Amino acid sequence: MTTLILAIVIGGTFGFMLDRIGATNPNVIIGMLRLSNLHLMKTIFLAIGTASVLLHAGLMLGVVDPGHLDVKDAYFGVFIGGLLLGLGFAVAGYCPGTGLAAAATGRWDGLVFVLGGLFGAGAYMSTYTWVKSMGVLDHVLGGKAALGALAGTKYPAVIAGVPGEWLGLVLGIAFIVIAAVLPGRMRGAPFVGDRPAEAD
Amino acid sequence: MILSWKTGGVLLGVVFFAAVLLVKPIGVSTQFVIFDGILWDMVDDGVVVPSKEAKSGYASPNAYLDKSGGKYAKNVAHPWNYSFIFVLALMGGAALSGVLRGGVRREERIMPPVWRANFGDGVWKRYAAAFAAGFVVLYGARLAGGCTSGHMMSGMTQTAMSAYIFTAGVFLAAVPVALLVYRKEG
Repeated sequence: MTTLILAIVIGGTFGFMLDRIGATNPNVIIGMLRLSNLHLMKTIFLAIGTASVLLHAGLMLGVVDPGHLDVKDAYFGVFIGGLLLGLGFAVAGYCPGTGLAAAATGRWDGLVFVLGGLFGAGAYMSTYTWVKSMGVLDHVLGGKAALGALAGTKYPAVIAGVPGEWLGLVLGIAFIVIAAVLPGRMRGAPFVGDRPAEAD
Repeated sequence: MILSWKTGGVLLGVVFFAAVLLVKPIGVSTQFVIFDGILWDMVDDGVVVPSKEAKSGYASPNAYLDKSGGKYAKNVAHPWNYSFIFVLALMGGAALSGVLRGGVRREERIMPPVWRANFGDGVWKRYAAAFAAGFVVLYGARLAGGCTSGHMMSGMTQTAMSAYIFTAGVFLAAVPVALLVYRKEG
């Protein structure tokens, strides 16, 4: 029961925030990907940086249970899948999470994107055996590996001997710095204040 | 109505952190498979079957649903778990935010201005592109084992190697494609 309440609170807040940062608006996403409006990129870098600092500080202080971490597998298909996702992401201006969120705010093209996504996921289900037989799902770089060693987890470290929590903290700070120094716009009209002029 | 990058970034970062602190990292795209499985299960009873040998207690003739000890098969049989409700709540939260800021302007509900500026007003052209893009995005996300949420945001936060491979792939494709497809800013 507690789990379900957490799902509603965390999921609800995440969806609310996706809308408030402009990520449900394909105009904002496409503006970011064609490098004309990097406001959302700054937001995302700051979000990853903030979460990294909190997470790795929390791990070091023993506040966060390392068992809650879930590092995903590395294999060649991760890169190919990333390319495919990037292609569709640029054309539609939606990714899986923001497509669902956008559909929920009343965007019809978002709903059509989600429908296409259900067919795409179904196509992967039907071709999984073939994909696996191609060897693109075989582990590379240690499989479920973290950049440094994270105490209390079984994840192999890519850079042996480096404490993963410190590395996470440093990377987190680096992401925050990147968020601050990235220009709001790289092409087109100038940026007004700390947010894009045309965003509504 | 969009939050400044400072406010939005910190708040979104706190949500990512709270998810890991309280439950597990945020992820979305797996639930497209679970929803497909639920629909498939409605028309074909044999898609997910109880199994004593499977680690999860469920098996499927579909190799993808059956993988990792029938983990996905179990979630299809019992969808009212954290990850599925999380995604439904995500939609609820976005809908609430949308209503509170007065909704999406009518002319933007079908297509964004940047599409209109480059490809005109045709509704079906935009829908066809959105459908095809959705297909490719979810095929890619399942091949990669996660999407922008799970692989990129949650993964980079955890310093996962896979997150960097995935993110490299996404932007190597997305930026050139966006530059080629959308010549005008709109």
